Amino acid sequence: MTAAPPTNRIGLTLSDYKGAPSTLCDGCGHDAITSQIIRAFYELGIEPHNVAKMSGIGCSSKTPAYFLNRAHGFNSVHGRMPSVATGAALANKHLHLIGVSGDGDTASIGLGQFCHLVRRNIPMIYIVENNGVYGLTKGQFSATADIGSKLKTGVMNELPPIDLCGLAIELGCGFVGRSFAGDPRQLQALIKAAASHKGTAVLDVISPCVTFNNHEGSTKSYKYAKEMETPLHELGFIPFYEQINVDYEPGTVQEVEMHDGSKIRLKKTERDYDATDMVGAIQTIKKAHDEKQFLTGLLYINENKDDFVSMMDTVDESLATLPESMTRPGKDVLESIMKELM
Amino acid sequence: MNTLALDSKEKTGKNVVNDFSIQVATVNGSGSQSSNNVLMRSIFQMGIPVSGKNLFPSNIAGLPTWFTIRVNKNGYIARKKHIDIMIAMNPQTAIEDVKGLNPGAVCISPIELKLDAVRSDVRHYQVPFAELASKASDNMKLRKLLTNMIYVGVVADLLNIDQAQIDIAITKQFDGKAKAIDLNLNAVKIGREWARENLKKVDQYSVEPMDKTQGKIIIDGNAAAGLGCMFAGVTVVTWYPITPSSSLCESLIDYLKEHRIDKASNKATFAVIQAEDELAAVGMALGAGWAGARSMTSTSGPGISLMSEFVGFGYFTEIPTVIFDVQRVGPSTGMPTRTSQADLMSTFLLSHGDTKHICLLPGSVQECYEMATEAFQIAEMFQTPVFVMTDLDLGMNNWMSEPFKYPTTPINRGKVLTAADLEKAGKFERYADVDGDGIPYRTLPGTDHPLGAYFTRGSGHTAKATYTEKPEDYLYLMDRLAKKFETAKKHVPAPVVDTVSGAKVGIIAFGSSDFAVQESRDQLKEKGLATSYLRLRALPFTAELKQFVDAHDVVYVVEQCRDAQLRDLIRLELPESSMKFKSVLHYNGLPIDADFVTEAIIKGEGK
Repeated sequence: MTAAPPTNRIGLTLSDYKGAPSTLCDGCGHDAITSQIIRAFYELGIEPHNVAKMSGIGCSSKTPAYFLNRAHGFNSVHGRMPSVATGAALANKHLHLIGVSGDGDTASIGLGQFCHLVRRNIPMIYIVENNGVYGLTKGQFSATADIGSKLKTGVMNELPPIDLCGLAIELGCGFVGRSFAGDPRQLQALIKAAASHKGTAVLDVISPCVTFNNHEGSTKSYKYAKEMETPLHELGFIPFYEQINVDYEPGTVQEVEMHDGSKIRLKKTERDYDATDMVGAIQTIKKAHDEKQFLTGLLYINENKDDFVSMMDTVDESLATLPESMTRPGKDVLESIMKELM
Repeated sequence: MNTLALDSKEKTGKNVVNDFSIQVATVNGSGSQSSNNVLMRSIFQMGIPVSGKNLFPSNIAGLPTWFTIRVNKNGYIARKKHIDIMIAMNPQTAIEDVKGLNPGAVCISPIELKLDAVRSDVRHYQVPFAELASKASDNMKLRKLLTNMIYVGVVADLLNIDQAQIDIAITKQFDGKAKAIDLNLNAVKIGREWARENLKKVDQYSVEPMDKTQGKIIIDGNAAAGLGCMFAGVTVVTWYPITPSSSLCESLIDYLKEHRIDKASNKATFAVIQAEDELAAVGMALGAGWAGARSMTSTSGPGISLMSEFVGFGYFTEIPTVIFDVQRVGPSTGMPTRTSQADLMSTFLLSHGDTKHICLLPGSVQECYEMATEAFQIAEMFQTPVFVMTDLDLGMNNWMSEPFKYPTTPINRGKVLTAADLEKAGKFERYADVDGDGIPYRTLPGTDHPLGAYFTRGSGHTAKATYTEKPEDYLYLMDRLAKKFETAKKHVPAPVVDTVSGAKVGIIAFGSSDFAVQESRDQLKEKGLATSYLRLRALPFTAELKQFVDAHDVVYVVEQCRDAQLRDLIRLELPESSMKFKSVLHYNGLPIDADFVTEAIIKGEGK
């Protein structure tokens, strides 16, 4: 007899968080991210049926089919996932929304909707699986490709990249992280922390395209990212139900408490980075571009922002399933309105 | 004081009571809207049927605008082609305005415009408005506004409008603001008294009290639709401002804020979001519909074009939502403040691939209200985007109507399976035709059952909602969607048919054309031509259409577009009858009028 598989705090196994088998290319960075989403949600003990998985169009947008089979999924139209997610969040504020998009889906066709989602601070995790190219249409540059990055065909990108993290911070996003598909530990901690954030949490994850953008001369290849990755800090996430107090040498750790009581611990590297300093974050991102650095970690966090759904001040129940007694005013109301119009 | 052009001092002719039209020519942004409402309401309150139309520019201030009030004892409320009484307050257009009048019409104008020199065959009343306004207020800015109330007073005296009704209308218009009420009442008084002392009645028009508006309401179609949405139990409203639809959501928001706050918690039972564009508005509506909300958005032609891709997605993935199209003149920006019905075909077939949609076509403010409510039922019953297509004339103009009735049908959320339902069924296939009507079952995100989840995708999908490119899976899906559309024919509002025994001529129309067609049929009857009438109230077509067409030798399809879109849709439906149809097409941006329809049909019949 085999031993029963381990379970999480709500009694579910890791396989309860899995999805259909991936149909992406072997070694795709996206699959590595999918694994960390599964692991993070399992370890946090989030009820999968209360999750809604949102995406747009592209390789990355296929991935919600590969995790959390027990959650509803929504593969929308190209670049328009933010609006669909906004509607779903308003309809049922008890859902945990996770959106997976790509650099084409978010930084090109969907840039406008991305900006407005962030501006409104819709509560959701928004992961950009960023590989700098369009995979499904066979390898054209996207708007996040770095200047000087080369396609397989030798074509060089001459336009500056859109930095989605810098943009998100500028738009007031309260949780902005950058990571790398090849850094599972950091990525998992970021996903977990993002799940505790009340508002939009943007994670820009460099996710190499093994087929179209993993060659010499690409700045989004595994080799380049591995060699260049410079974590801003060592990132730890302590969920609210698992508080452990560890003594640190004073000044070596920045601790941020999240609204649900969870904590993020940012252990300093040789760099002294303050993730709560918005202007500092933007400066760091700008400088990293100029100096061709690949910085990862939690770039910015602000737990004191109202999210859009809270601002709507709706009843505690989900709007989607309110009974008729709450959604159809009585006959007397119609009669009094009619009287006013006479 | 010269109050009358010399050569118009002829006999005034037969008295005309309660049957004329008044047009007020002003400048937009000048505050004339309140005066025009007061004028219209006072007549309405005297029991006389009225309708009001605002012909305005796509501009905020300083361009010409015309407000037309039709007074008609028979209850005809379509636009009247000819103006009987012109109030020419706008110097920019006064000459054109007076030139456009029929001989014998009435023109009330500021004395300094000297319009009597332009037309001597028109009955002129020339009024020293500036001088009178200086008596109404010391404030220069207020004088401009009060001038509008002074013409109300002049007209009231000339037409014999009951002062008590004006008082009531002004009190209502200024909603309890005592100072404003006093100022405006005084301005009316100044105008009225001046007219009594200085004008000699030389025209034939007047009003007399009737009892034909007792219990009736005045409302615009957008507010009526907004009201319908509230009583439909809408929970998520997404919109992007666009003329002429903005006031639909704005009215709805006002109603929701007043009547849809939960008393126990003092919290909203709805959410409203002003989107960044129409693409996002419909995306949000679909996201909300998918998650189980009763969602809606409202827009006009340009917005419909933008929504095209998402609407195809909603059709293919079977998500309920309601989309209002308050039509305006296109193509492109077109004439944003003028009316049209020219979105019909493109909306019916909106999006790429094989798509067709349920479209409801209200023909009155009452139907704007009723069909708004019905649209949500149909959308959830059929799990698909449903369009409610009105137009600027219906949506933004004031119409007299019977009061609206409280919905008698309980809210029906359609085929939604709960965790308990899933437990009982032991099986769930999102896109399977379980009942043979083409309508599948759905679950909502958050359903706590291992069978509950499914994956919504705009790509090919199987009955189990998994990805597919197999020919047989695609055929199953598309044929089921077609079957669902067939089922819808039994549930959309049936046409209103009036078959006149012996009539060889049939008329088909929809939407705001109805008022003109009704009046035209009476005119045709007087000329000895009996007609039957089918007023279409929805797409897809229902069985009544063929019966009607078969029963008549010739069928006139009356519509407000250039390309005979409805006629062509009918021809596709009934190819065997395609030679029977003749078109009456009105597409100059003005609301269609009865004379136009009558002339076209008389000509068509060779009479």
